[in-house]
Amino acid sequence: MYDLLWLVPTFPFLGFLILAIFGKKIGKKLSAVVGVGSIGLSALITILIGIQFLTNPPEGHAFVQTLWTWIAADDFKVNIAFHLDALSMVFAFVVTFVGFWIHLYSTEYMADDEGFSRFFAYMNLFVGAMLMLVMGDNLLLLYLGWEGVGLCSYLLIGFWYRDPANGYAARKAFIVTRVGDAAMAVGLFMLFYSFKSLNIQEILSVAPHVWSPGNKLAVASTLLLLGGAVGKSAQLPLQVWLPDAMAGPTPTSALIHAATMVTAGVYLIARMNGIYLLAPLSMTAVAIVGAATLLVAGFAGMAQTDIKRVLAYSTVSQIGYMFLALGVGAWSAGVFHFMIHAFFKALLFLAAGAIILAQHHEQNMFKMGGLAKALPVTFWTFLIGSASLAALPLITAGFYSKDAIIWYAWSGPNGSIYLWMAAVFGAMVTAFYTFRMVFVTFFGEQKMEISHYPTWRVHIPLIALAFFALFGGFIELPGTLGHLTLFSDFMKSALPVVEGGHHEVSLEIFSQVLTAVLALVSIFVAYYLYLKNMQIVTNFTSTKFGHGLQQFLLSGLGFDWLYERLFIRPYVWLSRTNKRDFIDFFYVFLPWLARQFHYLFKYTQTGKVRRYVVGIVFGVLVSITIVVIL
Amino acid sequence: MTLTFLFAWLILGGLLAWLAGRWNKEAPRWISLGFMIVHLIVSVRLWISFLTNKGLTLAQGEWFLMEKSPWIPQWGIQYFLAVDGLSILLIVLTSFLGLLAVACSWKGIQERVGFFFFNLLWILAGISGVFMALDLFLFYFFWEIMLIPLYFLIGIWGHSNRIYATIKFFIFTQASGLFMLISILALYFIHGSQTGHYTFDYVELLGTQVSPKIAFWLMLGFFLGFGVKLPAVPVHTWLPDAHTEAPTAGSVVLAGLVLKAGAYGFIRFLMPLFPQAGKEFAMVAMILGIIGIIYAAMVAFAQNDLKRLVAYTSVSHMGFVLLGVFAWNQLALQGAVMIILSHGLSTGALFILVGDIYDRLHTRDMDKLGGLWSVTPRLGGFGMVFALASLGLPGLANFVGEFLVLLGVYQVSVPIAALATLGFIASTIYSLWMIQKTFFGKNVNEWKMPDATPREISIYAALVVALLWLGLFPNTVLRTSRQALKNLQQITSQYFQGSKEATTNPSVEELNKSRSNYGGLE
Repeated sequence: MYDLLWLVPTFPFLGFLILAIFGKKIGKKLSAVVGVGSIGLSALITILIGIQFLTNPPEGHAFVQTLWTWIAADDFKVNIAFHLDALSMVFAFVVTFVGFWIHLYSTEYMADDEGFSRFFAYMNLFVGAMLMLVMGDNLLLLYLGWEGVGLCSYLLIGFWYRDPANGYAARKAFIVTRVGDAAMAVGLFMLFYSFKSLNIQEILSVAPHVWSPGNKLAVASTLLLLGGAVGKSAQLPLQVWLPDAMAGPTPTSALIHAATMVTAGVYLIARMNGIYLLAPLSMTAVAIVGAATLLVAGFAGMAQTDIKRVLAYSTVSQIGYMFLALGVGAWSAGVFHFMIHAFFKALLFLAAGAIILAQHHEQNMFKMGGLAKALPVTFWTFLIGSASLAALPLITAGFYSKDAIIWYAWSGPNGSIYLWMAAVFGAMVTAFYTFRMVFVTFFGEQKMEISHYPTWRVHIPLIALAFFALFGGFIELPGTLGHLTLFSDFMKSALPVVEGGHHEVSLEIFSQVLTAVLALVSIFVAYYLYLKNMQIVTNFTSTKFGHGLQQFLLSGLGFDWLYERLFIRPYVWLSRTNKRDFIDFFYVFLPWLARQFHYLFKYTQTGKVRRYVVGIVFGVLVSITIVVIL
Repeated sequence: MTLTFLFAWLILGGLLAWLAGRWNKEAPRWISLGFMIVHLIVSVRLWISFLTNKGLTLAQGEWFLMEKSPWIPQWGIQYFLAVDGLSILLIVLTSFLGLLAVACSWKGIQERVGFFFFNLLWILAGISGVFMALDLFLFYFFWEIMLIPLYFLIGIWGHSNRIYATIKFFIFTQASGLFMLISILALYFIHGSQTGHYTFDYVELLGTQVSPKIAFWLMLGFFLGFGVKLPAVPVHTWLPDAHTEAPTAGSVVLAGLVLKAGAYGFIRFLMPLFPQAGKEFAMVAMILGIIGIIYAAMVAFAQNDLKRLVAYTSVSHMGFVLLGVFAWNQLALQGAVMIILSHGLSTGALFILVGDIYDRLHTRDMDKLGGLWSVTPRLGGFGMVFALASLGLPGLANFVGEFLVLLGVYQVSVPIAALATLGFIASTIYSLWMIQKTFFGKNVNEWKMPDATPREISIYAALVVALLWLGLFPNTVLRTSRQALKNLQQITSQYFQGSKEATTNPSVEELNKSRSNYGGLE
């Protein structure tokens, strides 16, 4: 089975090629078959390989398949080669499995779009690039996938290209992430010259022998990689592109937020854990970035009116949790939350897409309402997803995955009480904005008639994902509640186990109970403010302070405003002012000067002999004078 | 005789096309096409035999093929052509782009067709000669041969402001060429007076002992000659004008090949002839390279003439070549050669695309364009691929070159490599802007035009395949140029040895030890 590994990314790429070249000719039906089928096959092979991996793991819990030598120059050599271990297994599974449901769903969502086959071509490319990212055995191949997903996000966000606003959002996504990528590239140079190799396993195994903990190069290179990670994963300070990425078709958002792209940063840091462990400073930086992001994005989420933007900020915030987990050294907890998050976030976006489709493409949730009765399947699955996102205690997968992170933020090897407080506070905020969204959208009175009733192609993905969003958490239970460690045992071969820290059981129970109670309280507050007594909110936002705060949060805490003035305007101004290329003025000046001399001497050519004689005499006098003086 | 054939064949083809053009418009096209196809076949066969025969292991001072006979013996001028891996790559590029240049002028050129193809083929002949000549006099001769037909090409078939552009182009390149000629002659006399043997033979001139001070000035002469061609900022301003006014084939040849002659000159002549002066000057040159990368990318972003934008991107990309050459280590040089090839393909492709849009709409003003994707999705798709190649997307050719150059430069100077990486961002900005203004957005002016024809599709498809091939399987090319570059480095090794140790590499021994402990992946 392992030998078929290369087929996993090949199917999506093949699907892309077929759709890109023949898409227009083969029609929608066949395009759908190719688009969904390629991901389906890819998912099938991944699952089969996964089963074998569980029952009969390869030697050393890793399998490497080399296809060909990609670049070899001097002492630099990288292969097109795939590396499969527990970490890439989990990521590949999520990418293909969740990706498959999103593709299936898209066949209905995009049914009436003229760019149907183009859409599936991009989506396939997206999945293929993400698979390269998680399966590449060296950092350059990872970088190929890394840039590839950046490209695909650009293509899909700007999918409806006629509207310049979509184009703007698309460019923003690509350019902002490319800023991070540039930093990451420098990080790669640094790693290459430290280890004379870009092979990930080689770097990880050699690093402890070459770098002592706290080595400057280790810190510098991990910080540069972190630069790449915050770009792709939409963390502070490069989080600004993700909320605007809503411009693309909704299934795209599901793909970007759940299966591909934004989790790339989490993967990178988890993958390079060995060198991060050598750079405590960078670990702390990762944790702080995560904690700060989860709060900032959570606040922004509380004020959004666009249902997709709420979800977008929730993604930024949840990825913040994953970064926090990685930063405090709880590697497998971070990856676990990634997996659970993929299930419920894909579910939420797909359900939101069904709602938007049913509401005349309206995205403002305050113009919706009362949809619970009209769209029962959508409602129940959306509720499950929301519960998981809000970490409703005991019954949802999100509770178990998030709870682990919150606890490790305190008890983990790199944890602290401040990080824990941020995480707990963030959980409260999350529960609030999530259920605000649920109450506003599904309860109250219905404001719009239903324009589209979803069919099985929407319902099946929703139900499948809801199942995992609910029960996926039971494979890893905390010590206080059953103590099941299937997932972390599985990850043990690829990621370091959490060591050190303190393990008082009473504290852990306190943390869990507190988080659970706060989440429930938040949900009640949301219920009270947005269903029971909306007057309070309207009164508050009509005051000057309330309005200002609302606008501030709505704009994502003013980052766009700042960057616009700090980077965009100066760059555009500088470029536009110099449109004529000022260096050229010098070269234009030269012929101008020559021409001036030409005019000047033209005047001496008068045709009058008297003047010429005077000129000659004068010249002779000057010459003689010079000779005499010298 | 293969080498003589490679340029004489095009001279002959040009003459035939001109003659045929006197009584038929169609004939010159077919003649040129036929001649270019044969040229491509011959050069590819040369490459294949290079790869399969002993080409990959040529020692320093050996050539894969060499033709040498006296030309003007009184002055020590020889007819001396020779090729190694570097030359062969460039010759293949010349044939390939030459073929596409002929194909893309098929419909666009309707006046004086014969004379047009005469000029085009003669430029290509001159360029082929430049890449093979190893007698400095002969080299200069070819250098000038490619110039004059290009002057006509732009001057006759160009756009409205073509006279200004041609004169500017001619003065820039001619004046800078003269500086190079002075340097060549000075070297000739210095070598002659030292050894009593007056010769223009490159191989013999290599070891000439020139006092460092004079060598620096001579090097500067070469730098001007090649730097203007490359072009390096601040002597680049002829290029946007020449490109904007040139017919499509002219732009393709100019960006794809003529600029590469400058890059080739740096690698083949400047550094080996004046290693010490070159090294002293390296910092300055690399800083010029960085300025070029960023500055030209910013100016490109500000343009609203599509073709002018692409022209400035050329300047930006050539900055990477300048960096790579003056870093002068194996990685950077291999990267520079990759950029030479990939930029020829990607920028040539963009110029062809712009030309096709112009032929249809008679405008290149991006403020008037927009929304063309819905009208011509195929052109849009190809345009997207070329723009992505230009911004250095991994998997396409340019990325390999840029990455290797930066990796090599990092060895020499970390800040320069880090600054040059900013070029990634700048190139993204202009590339996406170009796509946005041309293909995305609303079709406000309600442009209607036919999508790509089979002829155009085959041109684009060939380019896309080449870009992908170089991006995913660059090793064939890297292997071809490896030994040639190593040999050139060996000539200068005396001055460039220290650069490797300059990197902060934590004890290599320890690295090896731990690696052998690990024992798995070596």
